[in-house]
Amino acid sequence: MSGRTSGPTGSPFAPHTADETAAMLDALGVDEEADLFDIPAEVAFDGEFGIPQRDERTVRADLAETFARNDDLTEFLGRGHYSHYVPAVVDDLSSRSEFLTSYTQYQPEITQGFLQALFEYQSMLVELTGLPIANCSMYDAATGLAEAALLAERVRSTSGATVLVPEALRDGKRGTLDNYVDGSDLTVETYPYADNTVDLDALADLVDDDTVFVYAETPTVTGAIEPALAAVGDLAHENDALFCVGSDPVALSLLQEPASVGADVVVGEAGALGLPASYGMGLGLFACKEEFLRQVPGRLVGKSEDADDRRAFTLTLQTREQHIRKERATSNICTNQAWVALRAAMHAASLGPEGLVALAEDCVRNAESLAADLDTVDGVTAPLDSHHHFREFTVGVADAPRVAVDLRDHGFAVHVLDDETLQVCVTDLNADEADDLVAAFAEVIQ
Amino acid sequence: MNFDQARFGDDTRNEPLLSEKDSTAVDPGENSALPDDLTRDSLELPQISEPELARHYTRLSQMNWSVELGPYPLGSCTMKYNPSFADAVAADPNAAVHPDRDPETVQGNLELLYGLQEYLATIGGMDAVTLQPPAGAAGEFTGIAVAKAYHQHHGNDKSEVIIPASAHGTNFATAAMAGYDVVELPSGEDGRVDVEALEAAVSEDTAALMLTNPNTVGLFERDIAHIADVVHDAGGLLYYDGANLNALLGRARPGDMGFDIMHYNVHKTFATPHGGGGPGAGPVGVVEELAEFLPRPQVRQVGSDGGALADADDADDAGDEADTPEYELFDPAHSIGKVHGFGGNWLVLIRAYAYIHRLGDEGLLDASAKATLNANYLASLLDLEVPYGPFHHEFAATAGDRDAADVAKGMLDYGVHPPTTKWPEMVPEAMLTEPTEVENKRSLEDLAHAFNEAFADTDEELHAAPNKTTSRRVDQTSAARNPRLSWHALGDEE
Repeated sequence: MSGRTSGPTGSPFAPHTADETAAMLDALGVDEEADLFDIPAEVAFDGEFGIPQRDERTVRADLAETFARNDDLTEFLGRGHYSHYVPAVVDDLSSRSEFLTSYTQYQPEITQGFLQALFEYQSMLVELTGLPIANCSMYDAATGLAEAALLAERVRSTSGATVLVPEALRDGKRGTLDNYVDGSDLTVETYPYADNTVDLDALADLVDDDTVFVYAETPTVTGAIEPALAAVGDLAHENDALFCVGSDPVALSLLQEPASVGADVVVGEAGALGLPASYGMGLGLFACKEEFLRQVPGRLVGKSEDADDRRAFTLTLQTREQHIRKERATSNICTNQAWVALRAAMHAASLGPEGLVALAEDCVRNAESLAADLDTVDGVTAPLDSHHHFREFTVGVADAPRVAVDLRDHGFAVHVLDDETLQVCVTDLNADEADDLVAAFAEVIQ
Repeated sequence: MNFDQARFGDDTRNEPLLSEKDSTAVDPGENSALPDDLTRDSLELPQISEPELARHYTRLSQMNWSVELGPYPLGSCTMKYNPSFADAVAADPNAAVHPDRDPETVQGNLELLYGLQEYLATIGGMDAVTLQPPAGAAGEFTGIAVAKAYHQHHGNDKSEVIIPASAHGTNFATAAMAGYDVVELPSGEDGRVDVEALEAAVSEDTAALMLTNPNTVGLFERDIAHIADVVHDAGGLLYYDGANLNALLGRARPGDMGFDIMHYNVHKTFATPHGGGGPGAGPVGVVEELAEFLPRPQVRQVGSDGGALADADDADDAGDEADTPEYELFDPAHSIGKVHGFGGNWLVLIRAYAYIHRLGDEGLLDASAKATLNANYLASLLDLEVPYGPFHHEFAATAGDRDAADVAKGMLDYGVHPPTTKWPEMVPEAMLTEPTEVENKRSLEDLAHAFNEAFADTDEELHAAPNKTTSRRVDQTSAARNPRLSWHALGDEE
């Protein structure tokens, strides 16, 4: 057997032998591959990138060395990107190549496995949100929120154009929302928080006929469990605006179902299940009321039957999507986060309802316990509001930036919100280090 | 070649739903630390053992097609083999950090991001790259938002984006999302941009022309330099849709062709697993004048204004701590802001970097060579007519008076994934086929056999297909007419 066409310097993933390449070129009547290209000389590239080829072992060693440059810190960080322990079975099963190296299910007859997994993911979100429709994913919580605002514009029954979001919204969410609505008639305005949750009186003054969308989060960006969701929903509905709740599936396992407080749409970060700390990569959850079905962005999997009348699943309502509807599509999303959704469903299934609720309870108890312990340190006040907390809370100290740097020297990463405020987040992954964090606070606060 | 797919379950359905295996309702508020009014009354979800879970998902995986099972020649999707080493690199626990870490403490991540920015810039002939867009369509949106910000910054009021009729549907949806009117450009008789029609379409309202090159039937737009002049003379920008970049690696660069903005589908061109429909990543490259409008933040070397590839190479060789570059984040002066909550799809970006790092110049050049060789060889073996040409990485065969979707269903029984069907519309009953570089001669001949056998089947046989798959022909009409989108909606019907 002859060797590969281009020897050790060709693509290691092109399987042609030299003989095969020669036979194929011969069949096409050309001397070499370059003759097949129809690129005018004036725009052809005849230079080099200057990127040397490496063998697999070198690549792995190079990148291991690169990542080793990251400092080894115990992270007490949250604010929208959460890590929980992901069972090994999730890694194993989701890494099966039949899942990992597949694509969008354009031929349902040979992609029933992924379609069913996504149908199950949708079903879990329906249960968690209480809303009847959930899509197969948005990119992350920020794009989910932005798409929800655009949905409101499509379905609005008023002439208004104002989207109301909390002033304390994460920068990434607000910035993404601003970009998404830039091509629409919507304008984004903020309403204030008081004591780290919705300032209802101030919101009541702001919501009016012009409001088409009111967004509230629970837990809030600082981890407070929002006590006034139902009242926010009432304010929105009294003014014919859509009420959108932002949350995550772990919190939703324990907290009030958004549907029960009047939510029309639920968005949020579903990567809290199934996705390890991944530098901000996410999984956008999106659920809504039935009446918006034909205006939903993104992919939907539905149940159907095959020619033998056996149950089968398929992508459905594709006439909403960009590849059919083009500029009249409900969204431009095509590639989404399907594999991350698969992992989230696997994680939820591996925990079951009892495990999910226990995990959520820990998010409450660990946060309250850590806050109480920090509050015993002289010069530290925690939490800085009067609410129940989920995973995280704000901490008052003098000279917060300096404290954060000193904590870093002790091996801990926390958020700095302003000169006098830190934020810490505790989950099952760092709860065992909570006492060490408290001790480090005690050392760095003099 | 024959094909039988795994099929589990009983006579009425395949593998049971998780909810059919077990469904348990709990009262979350019962023993909660929270007061009743903050907790839900009930949560009903499957509660199954780990062995059952493992069996469930393993069975589902066996009812699913993937690149590692066989050819997946979906045109414009570039479903090529995803090397395993990249998965191993992405799983490095040192890379698994929170996005709010102080940049000084995540120098490794920033080094990789900077290196990938530089790799992509040089491969695309661009001056600056953002890695934030989490998919190709998100890249398009980012690119068009940058174009809009550029025009607004210069006081130019533009209202239209021109898009060829054969373009990806995402182009149209993206332009509309950004608030532009879409001007659709008909294809010329040779399947390429009709330059006269373009000249008639451009005006001072033209914000941009969005173009794929090679286009969606694999044809190189040979008039690209003139097309660029036409658009630029009207004050518009030229946008490159990177879906087909695999055909051009090392042979032509969008920047050299006159494109001002481009997105890279790194999951396609640089082989990261498509995950059943994502995640992908859609970095955006721009020329110098547009760099200040890119999303924030960007990564640069400390002490530089952005850097060049030479700096990244130095970093590779640095053995000595003092020579190790430091990286920092910065916000471009007139940034459009954010297009993702954080920095994008990090785990995909790692794989893309690892892939480029592995292949180098020679590997990338060979990838485009074999992708183009394979497409042409496969096309030459088909009994179906393949209009236009010469083509690069993909071609649109026509099923003629047969139904392309039916031919595709027939192909399923031959053990291959069929091509994209009935698109683009410029080819009647199109079967848009992209074998990529990872199929060898024998595999392409098997693919051609599947095409030709299915094409030769009678209409009656095709209507009855497929027969060897988990499900036989799925009724997509009833799924849309009577949507049942969760197990809650199945209710009494089963």
